Amino acid sequence: MPAAPPAILVRGLTKRFASQSAPALDAVDLEVPVGAIHGVLGLSGAGKSTLLRCIARLEQPDAGEIIVAGSDWTRLTSSQLRRERGRLGIVFQQLHLLSSRTVAANVALPLELSGTSRAAIAARVAELLEWFGIADKAAQYPAQLSGGQRQRVALARALATSPRVLLADEPTSALDPETRTSVLNTLRRIREQLGVTILIITHDLYSAATICDMLTVLDAGRVVESGSAVQVLNHPSTEITRRLLAHTNSPVTAPSIVSHTDYDVLGQP
Amino acid sequence: MTPLADLIPQLLTATLETLNMVAVAVLFCAVFGLSLGSWLAVTSPQGIAPSSVIHQLLAAFANISRSIPFLILIVLLLPFTRFLVGTSIGTAAAIVPLVIGGTPYAARLVEAALLDVDPGLIQAVVTLGASPAQAIWKVYLPEAIPGLIRAFTVLAITMINFSAMAGAVGGGGLGDLAIRYGYQRFRLDVLALCCIVLIVLVQLIQFAGNHLARQLDRR
Repeated sequence: MPAAPPAILVRGLTKRFASQSAPALDAVDLEVPVGAIHGVLGLSGAGKSTLLRCIARLEQPDAGEIIVAGSDWTRLTSSQLRRERGRLGIVFQQLHLLSSRTVAANVALPLELSGTSRAAIAARVAELLEWFGIADKAAQYPAQLSGGQRQRVALARALATSPRVLLADEPTSALDPETRTSVLNTLRRIREQLGVTILIITHDLYSAATICDMLTVLDAGRVVESGSAVQVLNHPSTEITRRLLAHTNSPVTAPSIVSHTDYDVLGQP
Repeated sequence: MTPLADLIPQLLTATLETLNMVAVAVLFCAVFGLSLGSWLAVTSPQGIAPSSVIHQLLAAFANISRSIPFLILIVLLLPFTRFLVGTSIGTAAAIVPLVIGGTPYAARLVEAALLDVDPGLIQAVVTLGASPAQAIWKVYLPEAIPGLIRAFTVLAITMINFSAMAGAVGGGGLGDLAIRYGYQRFRLDVLALCCIVLIVLVQLIQFAGNHLARQLDRR
């Protein structure tokens, strides 16, 4: 079977900041196959945020390619890039919902920006709010919602333009355990029912173990380990991955997780 | 000596003149200040389209006009005012220096209110495909509305202050009345009354501004 081109392909991505001697990203390679949930793990300062900001094109990388849905985002002009942005949904850690807009108007924003007709926007927003179970919140403002509801609004907004790829920045940090489980289930539904490929950037090993098929571990701006989640979690080949595993408050070893995933994360017999 | 009660109609007229001057001036300053302030915010180093050249030029313009004392600005602008409204005395003539003196002030207040919007929010909207113009219209301005209301409240109060100075050189309004009676005819009672009206006006504007800003704040 010929392999489909990857949803996201990063090759030799390098980014230096003038204030630091070591590069923030050093020739990073990343391949996210279509339909995968791929996690990028690392301790603080490993380069996760810089990688996210480069893929989101909020930073100009110094070298390398970022190929999203077949086009190299490092070679686009700013107006070309604006048109392409609808192909990659992004959910930021702080969500960044507009406090002056209602839930429905927040979800409508990317469609408004791309010049979609009013009728088409209304229909798409209604569909999304229904899918995310927040149709009754349409006229409320983000400040009136719970953390989990706000997260769903942000996901609905990121998926408004029907991107095939979703980039999620620390989607589960600072959430209570119940909300975290709900967000992880929503992400899994997004992949399974909408067929969206998901790249998750996180330091939360629990989330990574629960839903990721593939993991890439970053340290000091370099990829130190990459492979299936089972392999990386069960047979960490580098010290940094072992440290990451050790630093987790051991929810990874909770048996409930095994039932959440298709993989034998814990290496059970 | 004219009894104070007989001066009440004059006081009312003067109050209306002040309100008229301030309202028209604030309206113009808001329009000009919003455009100049948006440019300042967008081109500033923290803005979405940083351009130090444009920013420095606009900032220099805003700073130069703010550094000229308002009373001197009025005199400097006399020929221009006469050219624009045909006279250099009266309420209409006073509005010209008020707008020119107030606009850079308004622009700086607008810039500060816009830059108060979380830069992360602006970046997030850029990743949703917003052009710089869309970022201003759909994010900066709507998100900054409570801040802008507070800025325009400060602006209106400053305009009341400025309008009293314009009054001193024949611009009409409460400042004019206070100077003519209080300073030239030693009527301290008229002077005090003018001050009381000014204090009440400022309090009302501040109260209304705070209330409106709170009402419109969805955070």
